[in-house]
Amino acid sequence: MSPTPTTGVQVLSRGVWRENPVFVQLLGLCPALAVTNTVANSLAMGLATFFVLLGSSVLVSVAKDWIPKQVRISAYILVIATFVTIADLVLAAVVPDIHKALGAFIALIVVNCMILGRQEAFASKNPVGRAVLDAVGTGAGFIVALVAIGGFREVLGYGSFLGVPLLGPAFEPWVVMILPAGGFFTLGFILLGFGWWEARRANSVRPRRWMNEATVTVEAPR
Amino acid sequence: MRAGEGTAAESRPAGRGPPLPVQVEPSSVRLVSTLATAGAVAGLAIVLVFQWANPRIEAHQARVLTAAITEVLGGPDRYETLFVEGGGLTFTPVADTAGLDRVWVGYDRAGRAVGIAAAAGEPGFQDVIRLIFGYDPSSGRVLGMKVLESKETPGLGDKIEKDSMFVREFEGVSTPLLGVKSARATGDDAEVVMITGATISSRAVVDIINHRLEAIGASMGAFWRGEVARAEAREAARSGGAP
Repeated sequence: MSPTPTTGVQVLSRGVWRENPVFVQLLGLCPALAVTNTVANSLAMGLATFFVLLGSSVLVSVAKDWIPKQVRISAYILVIATFVTIADLVLAAVVPDIHKALGAFIALIVVNCMILGRQEAFASKNPVGRAVLDAVGTGAGFIVALVAIGGFREVLGYGSFLGVPLLGPAFEPWVVMILPAGGFFTLGFILLGFGWWEARRANSVRPRRWMNEATVTVEAPR
Repeated sequence: MRAGEGTAAESRPAGRGPPLPVQVEPSSVRLVSTLATAGAVAGLAIVLVFQWANPRIEAHQARVLTAAITEVLGGPDRYETLFVEGGGLTFTPVADTAGLDRVWVGYDRAGRAVGIAAAAGEPGFQDVIRLIFGYDPSSGRVLGMKVLESKETPGLGDKIEKDSMFVREFEGVSTPLLGVKSARATGDDAEVVMITGATISSRAVVDIINHRLEAIGASMGAFWRGEVARAEAREAARSGGAP
């Protein structure tokens, strides 16, 4: 985990990349695997979660002084469940086809530990402005992760991106990418890429000469 | 406030540092009233959104149903809802309509019945497949089939709705349907060639239609005879009344 951020920009940006909820914290994996077979589904799921996270964070931050700590988790769940129900109804009314494709996973946003985690760890201890920045950053990170997985799966599984054919009629779709197994494969490969990138960055940050000296000083007493 | 601040302060041994503020436990009434208030506000918010969303959701469902009925009956001029009651079909049931099974009869421009659409659902390979089909009781043939809901395997089982060759198999096929593998197809009127790699899903579609017709096919036939008789009487009255 990175040190507690101080500036607003850091609060906003860490959720998108350095503490990305899916790729770094490994939270919210259930929807990230289950509904990301197309970009449209990923985007809808990401936006619904973003809305719930933002709404809950604002409300929890505003009401934090009135909620006794003994009942805080119940109160947070109540707030989250309310926003999820609202998101569920609005999606069913406005985009019924996507609502049908996402099925039970909209209702299951309630149990996404990423959202409850942000309330307990951040929104309940920070003023509204910072809670909003944190929610926007984390929510955006979740959307980025879902769309990345969804894009990979849709391109290989259907040969299209957001429903627009990319790979031509000669392309034989990889059916496995649309199936649950494709979700696991994709997430695995992306985590592998993330790990590789992190390791490379950690290596390149460390100065060579200092590293050599350190190696020498450790080995010298032996 | 930092997490754990209260607990740490209370557990500090007496006699060290300045006296600490005593943490007062909130009363049970306070806890219950906090959650009750939150619950009431949440309930109100949900009711308001529901009032806005529900008419839209119902309108969409009605549009989907109308589109499906129109499709499986080959584009009738209008359709009416029929209720299944006491083994027969009626426009005006005695019982409350909410609990009754229903089918839809389509009429052409001249007011002649063109077919009856019926919905049904049974387990497929993954989950329940729900579909609607049009049926012509006078010839005993299916007019068309459309899958309303299915969670069949993408790329395999979902061909029951996405493979237009398979969907077209149901147009004009006589009943009871006979699901056959493509190699064993003989060209019989009742044959539906199943999808290779999706035999269970294809067979489920055939079975759903057969079972539904076994259950209400006779009532459909009886209704149809009545409908034909009424149409003939209307024709006779019209030609008799003409100068």
